[in-house]
Amino acid sequence: MKFTLAWLKDHLESDASVEQIVDTLTAIGLEVEEVVDKAAGLDPFTVAYVVEARPHPNADRLQVCTVDTGTETLDVVCGAPNAHTGMKGVYAPVGTTIPGNGMKLKAAKIRGVESRGMLCSEREMGFSDEHEGIIELPEDAPVGEPVARVMGFDDPMIEIAITPNRQDCLGVHGVARDLAAAGLGNLKPLRTEPVPGGFESPVGVELRFDPKTRDACPMFVGRYIRGVKNGPSPRWLQDRLKAIGLRPISALVDMTNFITFDLARPLHVFDADTLSGGVHVRLAENGETVAALNDKSYTLDSEVTVIADDDGALALGGVIGGEPSGCTEETTNVFIEAALFDPVRTAATGRRYTIDSDARYRFERGVDPEFVRDGMEIATRMVVDLCGGDPSEIVVAGGPPDWRREITLRPGRVHHLGGIDVPRTEVRKILESLGFGVELVAGEMKAAVPPWRSDVHGEADLVEEVTRIYGFDAIPSVPMTNPSPVARTVLTTAQRRERDAKRILAGRGLMEVVTWSFTSSRLAKHFGDPAPDLYLANPITSDLDVMRPSLLTNLLAACKRNIDRGESQIALFEVGATYAGVTPDAQHLVAAGLRRGPNSMRHWSGEGRDVDVYDAKADALAVLQAVGAPMAAVQTMAGAPSWYHPGRSGSFNLGPKTVLACFGEVHPGMLGDLDIESPLVVFEVFLDAVPEAKGKKGHTRPRLDVSDLPAVDRDFAFLVGSDVPADDLVRAAASADKDLIVDVSVFDVFEGDSLEDGQKSLAIGVRLQPTERTLTEAEIDSVSAKVVAAVEKATGGQLRS
Amino acid sequence: MQDIDELAAELRTDIEAAGSLDDLEAVRVRALGRKGTITHLMKGLGAMEPEERRAAGTALNVLKDETVVAIEDRRTSLRNLALTEQLATESIDVTLPVRAEGCGRIHPVSQVVDEIVAIFADMGFAVAEGPDIEDDFYNFTALNIPPEHPARQMHDTFYLEAERDGAPLVLRTHTSPVQIRHMRSSPPPYRIIAPGRTFRCDSDMTHTPMFHQVEGLAIGHDIHMGHLKGCLEEFARVMFEDDNLRMRFRPSHFPFTEPSAEVDIGCSRKGKELRIGEGGDWLEILGCGMVHPNVLENVGLDPNEWQGFAFGMGIDRIAMLKYGIPDLRAFFESDLRWLRHYGFAPFDVPTLAGGLAR
Repeated sequence: MKFTLAWLKDHLESDASVEQIVDTLTAIGLEVEEVVDKAAGLDPFTVAYVVEARPHPNADRLQVCTVDTGTETLDVVCGAPNAHTGMKGVYAPVGTTIPGNGMKLKAAKIRGVESRGMLCSEREMGFSDEHEGIIELPEDAPVGEPVARVMGFDDPMIEIAITPNRQDCLGVHGVARDLAAAGLGNLKPLRTEPVPGGFESPVGVELRFDPKTRDACPMFVGRYIRGVKNGPSPRWLQDRLKAIGLRPISALVDMTNFITFDLARPLHVFDADTLSGGVHVRLAENGETVAALNDKSYTLDSEVTVIADDDGALALGGVIGGEPSGCTEETTNVFIEAALFDPVRTAATGRRYTIDSDARYRFERGVDPEFVRDGMEIATRMVVDLCGGDPSEIVVAGGPPDWRREITLRPGRVHHLGGIDVPRTEVRKILESLGFGVELVAGEMKAAVPPWRSDVHGEADLVEEVTRIYGFDAIPSVPMTNPSPVARTVLTTAQRRERDAKRILAGRGLMEVVTWSFTSSRLAKHFGDPAPDLYLANPITSDLDVMRPSLLTNLLAACKRNIDRGESQIALFEVGATYAGVTPDAQHLVAAGLRRGPNSMRHWSGEGRDVDVYDAKADALAVLQAVGAPMAAVQTMAGAPSWYHPGRSGSFNLGPKTVLACFGEVHPGMLGDLDIESPLVVFEVFLDAVPEAKGKKGHTRPRLDVSDLPAVDRDFAFLVGSDVPADDLVRAAASADKDLIVDVSVFDVFEGDSLEDGQKSLAIGVRLQPTERTLTEAEIDSVSAKVVAAVEKATGGQLRS
Repeated sequence: MQDIDELAAELRTDIEAAGSLDDLEAVRVRALGRKGTITHLMKGLGAMEPEERRAAGTALNVLKDETVVAIEDRRTSLRNLALTEQLATESIDVTLPVRAEGCGRIHPVSQVVDEIVAIFADMGFAVAEGPDIEDDFYNFTALNIPPEHPARQMHDTFYLEAERDGAPLVLRTHTSPVQIRHMRSSPPPYRIIAPGRTFRCDSDMTHTPMFHQVEGLAIGHDIHMGHLKGCLEEFARVMFEDDNLRMRFRPSHFPFTEPSAEVDIGCSRKGKELRIGEGGDWLEILGCGMVHPNVLENVGLDPNEWQGFAFGMGIDRIAMLKYGIPDLRAFFESDLRWLRHYGFAPFDVPTLAGGLAR
């Protein structure tokens, strides 16, 4: 919403400066977005009279102008062809900075003639790009006056943001009312007394709705004015409209635009001679068309309110007028419309046909239902003033809907909710100055809501009105003290896990990324077809059209982007939600990551290797450990879902059904789809699947039992089938003597060479830890024999000799 | 006896002259070995008269002890010499680079969430969560945004193909639905914050289709706007580490609060540089207000008994302001160069005791 300072002061009797007004507007909730003061910096530029313009003695294209600045008479050398004796121009004295080019003006001799100042062009003044000649001011421009005032640039434009509840401030009058309430002056009354009509309107009005849709247009006021003379509107009106960015068109059209912004009262003027019969308002017929003022044609249906005559629809009610019935320079008889249109239908129509008009903007927020007739009177007066003519009597169909309501403001409520003591007299004064009718009934304030405040419905709204006008700044801050003197832990287990997973993975060298929660359905299909429910109806691009079934799609895409930027060693992770369905319990928290390329940077020592599945396995394991998974019960299984390499992937499971994590190489098919080359490994940890530790109270740890007796290490190498999982062998060995064996580790695996096909050698180290006395050779041999027997039994392998 | 003196002198010379451990060993064998000179003289003692034997024995023992010590001393010095020579050949180039260790980083959004949680936890706020996919009721209706409210259009909502109760499901446009879920699932009073992802169908220089918000909610019998101001002032001053941070509460409008306010903090703008806490400009950081009575009624609370405040602010924006990160879109591009530069070390866990930021 834009207006100028002078425009505001048409409604507000006030001496307030622009600064005061701007500060107050923001303080009462009408946030100032911009103030444009075109006169800023133009003070030194004044009106000067060219006493004589004569040719420059030494230059063909220059003239020497003797100018009267009002305080002195001096010579200025000028290159403009239109400089002539007797004109009035814009004089810039020596020492001023020219706005158009930033140059500081100096006294100078130009081709031998002293020049003391300059006559300026529009471009030099920064008004426009015009530089063919100097500005020629009207003959009656007073010499010596600041040019900004003479040219009408001295009226600063203020733009404020209007929140959707404040439709009353979509007119300058409403803004002035708020400022007056805030103590910045007095609201000037409007001249709404009826303009007498000299005859009965030849155009009648009618509302044609059934009872169900009557709210589409509850009221329509019309007036016929004959014998108008349309033409350009006067300068003051054009200046106002231009100042707020509107293009002046003609007096009749400019009048409607002016009243729309002045009083938040949209109007429409029909060329009455184009109308056929009376005017009525109804819902459109299916397929009916309107040629609108924006040069577009719209095909309508029964959801749309139209203003029509006997020949059909003329205009979209509350949204836009029609081209054929619009006013032109030749228009001599007009029919003015002031109506009420239903906000919901108006908004829907505007959205549907993507028409943003100033009328729609106001109707969809709700206009003052009691101001329809007043608006018509003001419009009539203005048309007669600007265009002459002879007004008819007003014709009215329908009436304002019932808007009257009264709200009780209990004593103490402003303090209890608003946190500030406002004296009762002040509360009353504020409400009354905003237009509320206030009565005291048994100690409570009864506030009658004015018709222009459709946003005020309850006591809290009144508290807001009082506090915002009284000033939020005045509300004393009260500390929000914690009920516990020492703050208690607030995070839930799941929240702790999310944090721990992030910090452990970053600690392991992976970069945390945040990627979109949606992804490309092309990639998502590798994770099984996403449910149709999970597709977005209005995706921002076709690449982000479905909720992600896994974090991996976006992580892989992020990996690809980094490869394309020249990164070779990439390690990324994300902790976030995946979506198996649309219900809250189908959203799962997952920590997933990928590593690609060499595991470490190239190093002069020659060390280093590419990432492999065991890196991803280690990451997954580290997360599980960090989030408190019951590690003793976790089993490693070969294989993972279809998006993994079937032979180079695994999972960590809890029992037969619960998968805690997956890891491995990505399926080559998907990598190919993304155009990423190996080596690349990934992991996914399903944080929600990790059970909470049960029945554990406190953080006491079990007693530490260690023995100082020397441990004994024995190594074994077994020949087993290639498909025997190492874990089976390790478990078998460990189970051979649960009292003595404390650790079994794999230290060598090899196939080929002297070994038969289908066989591999697995070497393990077994540590025996006695607790009572040092082991004898015989005892050690006995345990070793048990290890060999257990392994052979479990795996069918043999001890290598 | 003269033999012994001569031998002693001879041995001293030989020991001094030994240039290597091998030479020294040869000297030792010659003197103390089974057939060594001292050993030989020792053996000769038995054939002597008692008087003579006592004197010779004493002298021989002294000689033997002195020789053992001298050989040991010489051995030590020879070893030291050898070690010095060896070390001289063993130097390396210490200017060569170390092995690179993986250097992970925490994303600024995670870091700032941890900071925000640390501050509000100290004021007694717990952390609540809700789903990203919401229905019309939680995202709009319960928050006093009826179907035709202009605010709905301002939200640029993402819709899913799925419907619930006749209305399409949405990606939550704000974290406010978590308020509703929380209030419907537990009895008052409430003090929660709810950080999380939010979505708007909007993408340009300063908007991304996904961003992060944190919602705050405090409901009690007597929580008023003074508490709202006190709470947010304290938050902003701790967050931006400036006890004198200027703040301004401007009246505004949100359907779910009444009265409503937007909060600005003081800043200065010089060219492209923005500094928080300096100068005379203002920068909006959040929206807030007293929870609308309709919202309380929608969750079954009596607005005459319960009241309080709610706020919502952009986490990404707070991160940008606090850490001088210029571009929102870069948050979601996963550019390793950006992450290395703007990310946080994993051990930089924000705490109030140790400081929120390094």
